[in-house]
Amino acid sequence: MSDNEYSILIVGVGGQGVLLASELISEVAIRAGLDVKKSEIHGMAQRGGVVSSHVRIGPRVFSPTIPYGQADVLISFEQAEGLRAVDWMKKDGVAIVSTTSLIPAIVTSTKDLTYPYDALERMKKKLANVIGVEADAIARELGNPRLVNTILLGVMSGYLPFDTESWNEAIKTKVKPKFVEINLTAFERGRQLAAQQVKT
Amino acid sequence: MKELMSGNEAVARGAFEADVKLASAYPGTPSTEILETIAAKYRSVYSQWSPNEKVAYEVGIGASLGGARAMVAMKHVGLNVAADPFMTHSYTGVGGGFVLVCADDPEMHSSQNEQDNRHYAKFAQVPLLEPSDSQEAKTMLLAAYEISEEFDTPVLLRLTTRISHAKGIVEINDPIKTEQTKFTKDAAKYVMIPAYARGRHKVVRERLKKLQEFAEQSPFNVIENNGSKIGIITGGIAYQYTKEVAPGLDYLKLGMSFPLPMKMIAEFVKSHDKAIVVEELEPFYEDQILAAGIKVEGKKFFGHRGEYSPYRVAQGLKKAGVLKEIAIAEVPPEEQMFPRPPVLCPGCPHRGVFMALKKLKVTVTGDIGCYTLGTLPPLKALDTCICMGASIGTAIGMERVDGSRKGAVAVIGDSTFMHSGITGLLDACYNKSNVTVAILDNRATAMTGGQEHPGTGRTLMGGEAGQVDIPTLCRALGVKRIREVDAYNYDQCIKTIKEEMAADEPSVVITSRPCVLMPKRIMDEPYVVDLEACNGCSACFRISCPAIAAAEETNEHGHPKAIIDESLCTGCTLCAQICPEECIVLKSQFVKA
Repeated sequence: MSDNEYSILIVGVGGQGVLLASELISEVAIRAGLDVKKSEIHGMAQRGGVVSSHVRIGPRVFSPTIPYGQADVLISFEQAEGLRAVDWMKKDGVAIVSTTSLIPAIVTSTKDLTYPYDALERMKKKLANVIGVEADAIARELGNPRLVNTILLGVMSGYLPFDTESWNEAIKTKVKPKFVEINLTAFERGRQLAAQQVKT
Repeated sequence: MKELMSGNEAVARGAFEADVKLASAYPGTPSTEILETIAAKYRSVYSQWSPNEKVAYEVGIGASLGGARAMVAMKHVGLNVAADPFMTHSYTGVGGGFVLVCADDPEMHSSQNEQDNRHYAKFAQVPLLEPSDSQEAKTMLLAAYEISEEFDTPVLLRLTTRISHAKGIVEINDPIKTEQTKFTKDAAKYVMIPAYARGRHKVVRERLKKLQEFAEQSPFNVIENNGSKIGIITGGIAYQYTKEVAPGLDYLKLGMSFPLPMKMIAEFVKSHDKAIVVEELEPFYEDQILAAGIKVEGKKFFGHRGEYSPYRVAQGLKKAGVLKEIAIAEVPPEEQMFPRPPVLCPGCPHRGVFMALKKLKVTVTGDIGCYTLGTLPPLKALDTCICMGASIGTAIGMERVDGSRKGAVAVIGDSTFMHSGITGLLDACYNKSNVTVAILDNRATAMTGGQEHPGTGRTLMGGEAGQVDIPTLCRALGVKRIREVDAYNYDQCIKTIKEEMAADEPSVVITSRPCVLMPKRIMDEPYVVDLEACNGCSACFRISCPAIAAAEETNEHGHPKAIIDESLCTGCTLCAQICPEECIVLKSQFVKA
């Protein structure tokens, strides 16, 4: 990661809140005075298919998509999707992966397809820094399963050079007022997890 | 002020700033959000969904001839539908400025082909602008109105998925104020009978010559000199990818790319040892440049198919001998992984009809919409899908040559039926076909996000609308057998479709259940699996419902039993109807037992 240039890849399954996460990152980067481009595919991909959002920030950004092997940070809302995206990462990048498994019907109904329950281990063979997060459990504990994206963002924020205040401001801008408080709490939980990771 | 905007949002903002009075469209990925944004944020622009792109285009022509600035938006294949007015509109020219915004879909993220619509500009001999990011999308839209009015021509603003749906920072300006004139009668200009059209074709050719000179001076065609011996000629998103991997080269960036600034290109090529053209999809620049006798290379290094990427451009430049090393990583072989295709939603009313059709083992001619999501295993419900409205005509032809008079079943959605299915059904009645047409009426243009249409009773801007009654419409076309079925009733679907296929005349079967997502999310009491009774037969897995998952518990053969994710189950009952062990039950009943 150099010159304030970051490529962040966010992946998940349609309906998991991937797009809000990338909106928040973009907002924080704009507030820091950086150029931002972000790209994702709408349409068919929303119906339970793979959703990926590319966010690129820096002094001047050209391509709105991340070149292969150039992502500094990966956020994955589902462990198999994390593995699917692993080759987009720099070898020294950070992957933050929710340990959730979502198994599609095409796998349950077809004998020759299997689900990689060992996704995290396989990712660790390729990347030095893979962080599994029990984001679903934490979200349930906080009382709202939709907080997964904010928890993962909180973890990620530990690896980007923006202060907590900017993240909180972005959350206040982009999240509906009645959900702001609980999202700030979820973000803080994630940020603490990152702090523990850095220590160990 | 600056704001992060998608290309589509930037075009919407541009329409507002350009004082566009009317915008019309039919929804289509990746163009849909242009009109949605206008309707949501810029209420001074009248915006409407039309039943299809041809009508949308014609509404735009009328507004323009009436003296107002008009904008029409559509996806690439939409212009095939609107090509008829578009081609002749080039002859008549405009009143108020007219811009056609067309979004191509390289890689077919959500389309049936990846045609390159830049060819349409050359075909109709109208100017073409190609933005390479959100800011340019807005700037070029504003310029397009000036070009349209100065040269009396429609202008094609061509986006691609990565322009439409990628976000970038856009400078916001105040709207300008335009003078709206009145329609001026001028038959020689606006009535395209042969005698007048011949005269207008001459005008088109003369206009093209003037536009050629204009393109040479256009601020959108820019040379970036970095002192390299290799020169890159590029435009649109390919410019961004190339700059990403080879920022140090010299560039001729084409923004106004039809007619091409051929003198500028010749100069640029002459002043470099070698010139490489980088353009996504077809060799639109390359072929024209070669035809002008200027030596360039391009397609052989980068390819014709699919979306470009920084990596792909880098590979091409390496092949061309321009880049020695690819600075970015080689693609390692992709992790072996199951596919995760988009699927029908839990509770989708299409599922019941598809299960019935599969059970009946009939040939199903399909159409464009959510029901294409029933194509892949395990549903495997569609046998053809060509374009909007094609299901009915295709079924008619199949039925005619089949000879058994028990031909195909056409499956078409409500919005697609309004778009271009009506004339197909008219053909079936007129030519006495005995096709069975299933109209899956979920009362939304669901695939693109639930937009309104002539059957929903609401307009794009949120007002009340005229509402067509589908059975009445079908009767007026000449259909005598019209049946309505509950898409959640599996047995009724089978029985009804079977009866209508046996009838010796055209029949229409209309389903009654609305889309589960739009306009409001439908969630009834969920069902659960009685794991003790479940024998792991996997019948429920084959209906491809995202709410049904494999349980950890298995049967004696090691096959997983089923569990239902209660947060996803809408209580549609289909899985309960097909479970041979009757072990899928309402949650409340299960708790009691």
